[in-house]
Amino acid sequence: MAYDDKYEMVCGVETHVEMATKTKIFCGCSTEFGGEQNTHVCPVCLGLPGVLPVLNREVVNLAIKAGLALNCEIAEFSKFDRKNYYYPDLPKNYQTSQYDLPICKNGWLEISVNGEKKKIGITRAHMEEDAGKLVHSGETITTSNSSGVDYNRTGVPLLEIVSEPDMRSVDEVLAYLEELVQIMEYAGISDCKMEQGSVRFDVNVSLRLKGSSEFGTRTETKNLNSFNSVRRCLEYELERQADILDEGGAIVQETRTWDEGKGMTLSLRSKEEAHDYRYFPEPDLMPLVIDRKWVDEIRSAMPELPAAKRQRLQSLGLPEYDAGVITSFKAMADYFDAALEKFDDAKTLANWVMGDLSGLLKANSCSFEDSPVSPVQLAGLLTLIKKGEISGKIGKTVIEEIYKTGKDPETIVKEKGLVQISDEGALEKIIDEVIAANPKSVGDYQAGKENAIGFLVGQIMKATKGQANPGLVNKLLRGKLAE
Amino acid sequence: MGLINKSIDDLHTMLVKKEISSTELTKEFLTHIKNTEAKVRAFLTITEETALAAAAKIDEKIAKNETIGILEGLPAALKDNMCTEGIATTCGSRILENFVPPYDATVTAKLKEAGAVLVGKLNMDEFAMGSSTENSGFFPTSNPWDMKRVPGGSSGGSAASVAAREVPFTLGSDTGGSIRQPAAFCGVVGLKPTYGAVSRYGLVAFASSLDQIGPLTKTVRDNALVLNAVAGHDPKDSTSVPFNKPDYTQFLENNVKGLKIGVPKEFFGLGLQPEVEKVIRNGIQTLQELGAEVEECSLPHMEYAMPTYYIIAPAECSSNLARYDGVRYGYRAEADDMIDMFKDTRAKGFGQEVKRRIMLGTYALSSGYYDAYYLKAQKVRTLIKQDFDKVFARYDVLISPTAPTPAYKIGEISDPLTIYMGDVYTIPVNLAGLPAISLPAGFVNGLPVGMQLIGKHFDEGVLYRAAYTFEQNTDYHKEIPAFIKEVG
Amino acid sequence: MKISRKEVEHVALLARLKLTEEEMNQYTEQLNSILEHAAMLDQIDTAGVSPTAHAVQLYNVLRDDEVKPSMDQEKVLKNAPDAEDGFFRVPRIV
Repeated sequence: MAYDDKYEMVCGVETHVEMATKTKIFCGCSTEFGGEQNTHVCPVCLGLPGVLPVLNREVVNLAIKAGLALNCEIAEFSKFDRKNYYYPDLPKNYQTSQYDLPICKNGWLEISVNGEKKKIGITRAHMEEDAGKLVHSGETITTSNSSGVDYNRTGVPLLEIVSEPDMRSVDEVLAYLEELVQIMEYAGISDCKMEQGSVRFDVNVSLRLKGSSEFGTRTETKNLNSFNSVRRCLEYELERQADILDEGGAIVQETRTWDEGKGMTLSLRSKEEAHDYRYFPEPDLMPLVIDRKWVDEIRSAMPELPAAKRQRLQSLGLPEYDAGVITSFKAMADYFDAALEKFDDAKTLANWVMGDLSGLLKANSCSFEDSPVSPVQLAGLLTLIKKGEISGKIGKTVIEEIYKTGKDPETIVKEKGLVQISDEGALEKIIDEVIAANPKSVGDYQAGKENAIGFLVGQIMKATKGQANPGLVNKLLRGKLAE
Repeated sequence: MGLINKSIDDLHTMLVKKEISSTELTKEFLTHIKNTEAKVRAFLTITEETALAAAAKIDEKIAKNETIGILEGLPAALKDNMCTEGIATTCGSRILENFVPPYDATVTAKLKEAGAVLVGKLNMDEFAMGSSTENSGFFPTSNPWDMKRVPGGSSGGSAASVAAREVPFTLGSDTGGSIRQPAAFCGVVGLKPTYGAVSRYGLVAFASSLDQIGPLTKTVRDNALVLNAVAGHDPKDSTSVPFNKPDYTQFLENNVKGLKIGVPKEFFGLGLQPEVEKVIRNGIQTLQELGAEVEECSLPHMEYAMPTYYIIAPAECSSNLARYDGVRYGYRAEADDMIDMFKDTRAKGFGQEVKRRIMLGTYALSSGYYDAYYLKAQKVRTLIKQDFDKVFARYDVLISPTAPTPAYKIGEISDPLTIYMGDVYTIPVNLAGLPAISLPAGFVNGLPVGMQLIGKHFDEGVLYRAAYTFEQNTDYHKEIPAFIKEVG
Repeated sequence: MKISRKEVEHVALLARLKLTEEEMNQYTEQLNSILEHAAMLDQIDTAGVSPTAHAVQLYNVLRDDEVKPSMDQEKVLKNAPDAEDGFFRVPRIV
């Protein structure tokens, strides 16, 4: 029996987004991913005795921007606090974070699941520093006799976005996460490179009997780093909780970890008793006072967000589905918009972007950002087709050629002699030859077999290597057959 | 004997006139340090080699007749909680015994820039927690006026070394009186500047919202000269205040006419030794006779300063000292797993007083007690600050004893609360972030007594003016501990 | 408010301090006497009083997002009690 026959799930997610700054939140070390261990480290982020933090202005700018993108209130007065706990990846054994006065609160975003729209509440978003990385000597943390610590990620700025427990299905959770990540990417808050751990999710989930209004006991599974992991983790965890409840057991409120290999969540209970983070105001930092002017400046520079983009694309005549597909990747949407500037038939453009171009890129494992076919080249190709200079069919050959050579479509068409034959005299000559060579089909057509004309057109196209203007061929052929 | 007792101005003049080289001067002081250290034990590290190398460079400048700064070529020493690149910085703690910072504190860099020759690092109560330097993880320092007595603390090494004429000037740090009280006990001048006037970058934190670095010197003028070198806004310290730093020597005028002095009655209460009170009352009278207008005033919340401080400071310290865990630097106790390694390292690395305050602070911040202790203390801190704001609307300077007693004997007091009570006149100043100076004001049974002058935020100038006037009209600062003449 | 011996044990764990029996007893007693003294703060009415975190108030102390040089790995690890292959080494975590 599936858990959702009997229970309703209640889920809220804490999302950690690495902000796209050049330097760390409290020091000038680079945030660049992938350096050799312990090389993006200075006395400040190493927490040496005597060092002091100085807040990166860009972190605050991005946090305000994120707040606006998520329809949050931006706090006029905000401060940092210390969250005290011991862990070897935390150089000061406290994390500088925000506790009771976060920079953003009371926001929302809208998701759409099976055509139904729903607002998911954003409780708060706050700035904090990332911790370092542990590399275990054995396979997992539990089987290792020692671990190595790399502090390169220590102090990378994070935005922690806390949702309300508003989600009631796995699909809603995924829709929320996808929308959130899209917004973060569109607004330029983060590069959202999931494979580099730029976005991590802590999923809080509980079950309750259908119809009940009280929350059940929840578990929190920390540090999921892909949508797929979230889906699998939730599916596992919900069944696990349902099994316990079905047997009359009680869920233990605890932190769990997702084991990707085993496909299950595991309890993270350690020697230490319940956490007591002993939050108190960070005495080494002064508070933030954010006035209207600051917020307005950031608001005025806000790029178009996914929801607005989807709406605009629909207003240009794209179906909701197409608008959704194109906006689902920012690079794709940016590509589309760049091509749209030179070629204004949105629907045709969308077909090519989602169809032939996507196919080509996918086959070559290439991204839209690095597409060898530039938006201008695609627009040029579509213009040639629209003007009737080449056929759509030839267009498919041309785009492959652009992909391979990087040459402009006009050049390729010229060099390969792919220009459509629209010269009536030249076409009539070929049509006459085809009519003469296919008396049976001509007879069939004249006897009322309409589809026999298709064969004749095909022969004409063949004879012209596909370069004949199909509309013109049709018109001329029908005229001649009617004689 | 003559050289070591000279003022900064005199030593500077000798260098400029080439009567002595910086190398000779440095050697002279190093020799004196060697002669006195067996008794005083103010130094944790003596950096003879780097000091002589630095002095030699300055001598080259002098030889080329280049202009040198007022502190250039003069020996100096730092409390061992200020980071010095390549030189051990222990904070008086076993847990940092082998720690060699890869960077300079801002004050270290500023003194180097000013050309001061760093001859060593000075003993202190472990992590600046204490009032006697008996809490040093290494050894206690003696008071040059009576070797059986404490020099005060936590900057005991900084005060004792100046009193013993081992260096012309030192820096100390003051969280609840740690510059002023040892200055008083050792008969030297010690200034705690306004919070935010001197960068804390590179000062190993005890209580971040209270800590402040300041100079200890033989005279008020020397003090102003050193403050000139170390004060100023530092972008590396978010709590450093951008302010127009004056030349502090401009305030050194022998004149207190019309100066409005408040004498807060709460600073003359219980626990104040009558002989000490007499010295301070005499001092106040001296200033009055020189033209200052003196009036009694009241700071009604002062009795709450001590408990407020002993919640806020330990709370901040419990978090600031969490980083000493044996992972990245310092002492590590070997253990099979992480938690045991942390617990053993900290148990063995920290001394009793530090552990006591970490325990107290952890408790004060823990779930269910935060509001009752920490938040309450922060609110009372507001009231204490407001008390000062009110009296400073009427007075330029407040005067009090620096400490209720002169230096006590090593080992004499062991009850923590009794020791804490010794900071009762200095603590309120840190809570309010005000500048205050302690200067020699007399003697009780041959032991120096310090008088504390408290000023408005960033009004170090008025403190220097009043202190300078007092000094010019008294002779207490000219007294020298007897033993120096013997070793001299 | 009295702090119990059990609470002292809990606080010692939070603070990562391994205390001897003697220290536990001693700290229980000393913390109580300090807290008893601190209890005098309860006498003051602080309703409507805002807390002071810093005696000198500053806002928006920010720096520009400009990369500064980091330290060499060797320098980073120089004070480490135990290091290997460019990592700080720590014992078993759980």
